[in-house]
Amino acid sequence: MMFIDPHIHMVSRTTYDYMVMREYGVVAVIEPSFWLGQPRTSSGSFKDYFSSLIGWERFRASQFGIQHYCTIGLNPKEANNEALAAAVMELLPLYACKEGVVAIGEIGYDDMTPAEDKYFCQQLELAQELDMLVLIHTPHRNKKAGASQSMDRCIEYGLAPSRVIIDHNNEETVEEVLARGFWAAFTIYPHTKMGNARMVEIVRQYGCDRIIVDSSADWGVSDPLAVPKTAQLMLERGIPEAHVKAVCYENALAAYSQSHQFSESDWLTSTIDQRELYYGNSVLRGQTPVVEASRDQILIE
Amino acid sequence: MNLRTDYDVTQAIELLHNCLSRQISHEALIWLEEKTNQISQGAMQRLFYTAFSAVPRYLGKQQLTLSTQDLRAAAAIRPGWNPQHWSVDQVGRTWIVLSLPHADIEKYLWTLEQVFTTADVRELIALYQSLPLMPHPEKHYARAAEGVRSNMTSVFNAVALRNPYPAEYFDDLAWNQMILKAVFVGSPLYLIHNSDRRANPELGKMLVDYARERWAAKRSVTPELWRFVGYTDTELQALAKVLQVDDIVQQEAAALACAHSPLPQAKELLARYPHLQAAILQGDLTWSSFSRDRLGADT
Repeated sequence: MMFIDPHIHMVSRTTYDYMVMREYGVVAVIEPSFWLGQPRTSSGSFKDYFSSLIGWERFRASQFGIQHYCTIGLNPKEANNEALAAAVMELLPLYACKEGVVAIGEIGYDDMTPAEDKYFCQQLELAQELDMLVLIHTPHRNKKAGASQSMDRCIEYGLAPSRVIIDHNNEETVEEVLARGFWAAFTIYPHTKMGNARMVEIVRQYGCDRIIVDSSADWGVSDPLAVPKTAQLMLERGIPEAHVKAVCYENALAAYSQSHQFSESDWLTSTIDQRELYYGNSVLRGQTPVVEASRDQILIE
Repeated sequence: MNLRTDYDVTQAIELLHNCLSRQISHEALIWLEEKTNQISQGAMQRLFYTAFSAVPRYLGKQQLTLSTQDLRAAAAIRPGWNPQHWSVDQVGRTWIVLSLPHADIEKYLWTLEQVFTTADVRELIALYQSLPLMPHPEKHYARAAEGVRSNMTSVFNAVALRNPYPAEYFDDLAWNQMILKAVFVGSPLYLIHNSDRRANPELGKMLVDYARERWAAKRSVTPELWRFVGYTDTELQALAKVLQVDDIVQQEAAALACAHSPLPQAKELLARYPHLQAAILQGDLTWSSFSRDRLGADT
């Protein structure tokens, strides 16, 4: 089975993760721009970070047979440093329309402060102006209110729910998100977000329409194989295979292909050539380069 | 060096428009016309940035199809301009860049700088290819030199190959480094515009030193580098050595170098190889025929 992990922070993962993810059938990832664990002190750090998302990271993934896409945005936590946030807002138009950028995101609320609200709204305006999709980060605390308010703002700024993905959902938020017509994504992340056993029950209860599974794996104790492992658990626990495919592959494809930057043919026709260099750098450290003629040879069906 | 290039930007834009209109959809052309109009009328910078990035979303990335007439027109508008290998998105991006108002030089350069420093690889290629068409060309010298320092061969090639900018604006130091790097990374020297006019003794010395290093390591060198060699006795000694190797491609290149050398000893050296000398004198062996027959140049 092929998998998409539509929310994973590969910049803080190792090359070994890419190798294992490919072995488990992950063919495409989306990396939403987010914070780094500690606040960045200047807009220059954001500039380099965004450049790595559209540059090096995409190259590194491709070297292991995984197509890499990203979303560009100012994250809610760092919106509270207003001087910095204003400078980052100036940067966003330079990156938002680059190749492989599938949405504005992840944006939304953390503490639900006025500053967070201000920059969230500005980014919704930008998405509307550029006709782009939006990926929403719902807060860890006060999640239900944060999710509701995020959706209210999207509607207020004229975004169609079908063009907005609400992420980090749980049992408390899923109903409203689906009822209002948005995409409901779930991050399978130990302890703090959604567990995969709970995810099985969500799919059992709500079916597979507009539900998306991702890992949100980052520098924390998290699992870049969360999507294939959750799929396996769903199958073991009696979820129909068609539903598993929908929530672990097809729905992400349907949602993000609206960007016209995300297409199945990207990974079905891609090949690996580890002789390639990016700015003179290779992903290899003395290993023999792998050169493969077609994706079929590396897919584990 | 010619530090002044007068050419009509509107003619270049017109040619780009004509070429694109034959290849892209009506909708894509309308989109581009609208964006370039807004940009030329002083729209907000973010419109320039987003339109520049978004070009492939609307135009696609297929290769540009140009007639001989188009190429001739390009060279007439801006001597040395050769968009033969451009793709439609590169043309679209160039048009957008050329639409940027440039009367306020400081603002113009600042805006361009934002795009250069945040560009992805395809965007960089489009920008560097457009350098010779940009207004205030002398102001882009440092940027062009930065492009030559790139570790991305495709970006380096966008500055170095089929681009009249380096021959016109680089000083000898930057020019020589560019040629040496082209040799190093294996880029075809025959695609470097007006390269023969910028040959100089320092470059000849650098290339011979490079060749000797390679020979010491039992490695070969591209025969193209002899094109820039032949200014000193030391260089002639290197050419004499090449003329003796059992490789007709190397021999022909060294013979051509002797024929173009200003030193009388070079002619004497060439005379020791009458068949090569005769071919050169009869016009059967030229750098142009050598590039075509021995290096696969499609010119």
